[in-house]
Amino acid sequence: MAINWFKYSSPASFYSLSGKMIPIFVFLAVVTLIAGLYIGFFVAPTDFQQGEAYRIIFIHVPAAWMSMFLYVVMAFWAGIGLAFNTRLSSMLATAIAPTGAMFTFLALWTGALWGKPMWGTWWVWDARLTSELILLFLYIGFMSLQAAIDDPRRADKAGAIIALVGVVNIPIIYFSVQWWNTLHQGASVSLNQAPAMATTMLTGMLIMVIASWMYSIAVILKRVRVIILERESHTAWVAELRKKEAAR
Amino acid sequence: MKPRHKKLAVITVSVAALSIAAILVLNAFQSNLVFFFSPTQVMANEAPVGKSFRIGGLVEMGSIQREDDSIRVRFAVTDTSEVIPVVYTGILPDLFKEGKGVVAQGRLSANGIFEADEVLAKHDENNMPPEAAEALERAAEAQKAALTQ
Repeated sequence: MAINWFKYSSPASFYSLSGKMIPIFVFLAVVTLIAGLYIGFFVAPTDFQQGEAYRIIFIHVPAAWMSMFLYVVMAFWAGIGLAFNTRLSSMLATAIAPTGAMFTFLALWTGALWGKPMWGTWWVWDARLTSELILLFLYIGFMSLQAAIDDPRRADKAGAIIALVGVVNIPIIYFSVQWWNTLHQGASVSLNQAPAMATTMLTGMLIMVIASWMYSIAVILKRVRVIILERESHTAWVAELRKKEAAR
Repeated sequence: MKPRHKKLAVITVSVAALSIAAILVLNAFQSNLVFFFSPTQVMANEAPVGKSFRIGGLVEMGSIQREDDSIRVRFAVTDTSEVIPVVYTGILPDLFKEGKGVVAQGRLSANGIFEADEVLAKHDENNMPPEAAEALERAAEAQKAALTQ
């Protein structure tokens, strides 16, 4: 028997499914976070030039990757919501934005902390740094536009347009270090060449990447459940849920 | 075509059009988005004249000279084909080393010396423990020795 995936595009059934998924992802996030930080701080060797300061990569790189990836996912769901008028996809986009913004901020902030001792400056207006800052503004713009419009369906549509327009920025961030002379170094890890770092460093970093994935999934699901309850509060199933909760 | 498919098509085409527009704009901005100029570009007069700009490259081996009674330092920036001498007064970042990447902001004086007001170290993408770096260095030296023999 084939699973009818469209069943889960209904907010009610997704609400119960996501409720079951959250504990799994919270558990995975905690385990990978502890393992990743342990390797990052205690197992991975010191770098030959940067000393201990290079350990920023265990936070900085996963955060920067997540900031770009989450934006693409957000724009994807916002676009689906705009095209097909599916309520859940727009809610998902709304739920992703704060987490994406947090990772963008984290990437910028950790980068600044590393930049001061290593480069000699907190901030430069090079293509990589500037385009990542624009990403933060896109997230903030998306969230504030949605917050400014009272009708959630209209807010979804307006937000989707910002999200889709902003997608242009993602390849600019990613390829900026190749297209232009930037102060920011090129990618240490990419799909088409061997990683330019020691194995334990890479392992620690990749575990931290998994941890940030798990964290993002858990938090976004939690947030989308709240949004579902808020927006579906007029429906019968939410009323029933409320009754059940009250009875307990 | 169903209306929702039409909507999807409109969205896809708009995003594609926007991307093409962005590519064209970026292409036009190409030269202004450059964070620094290489010594070769400076020699070819591509860098702005009489205005402050940045040069980037490697600190030439053996070029760093510090003055005894001040924090003034002289070094040369190279991209392996051209070399530009730089003078700078100030504190240098940790990663500033001979043979490593550097970006300096300042002006080119009439005598061809770049007077920097800011020097930033440019880190490369390599992260490795000191032992691995030493091993690489030894391998490079062995290769050089083998070539000269």
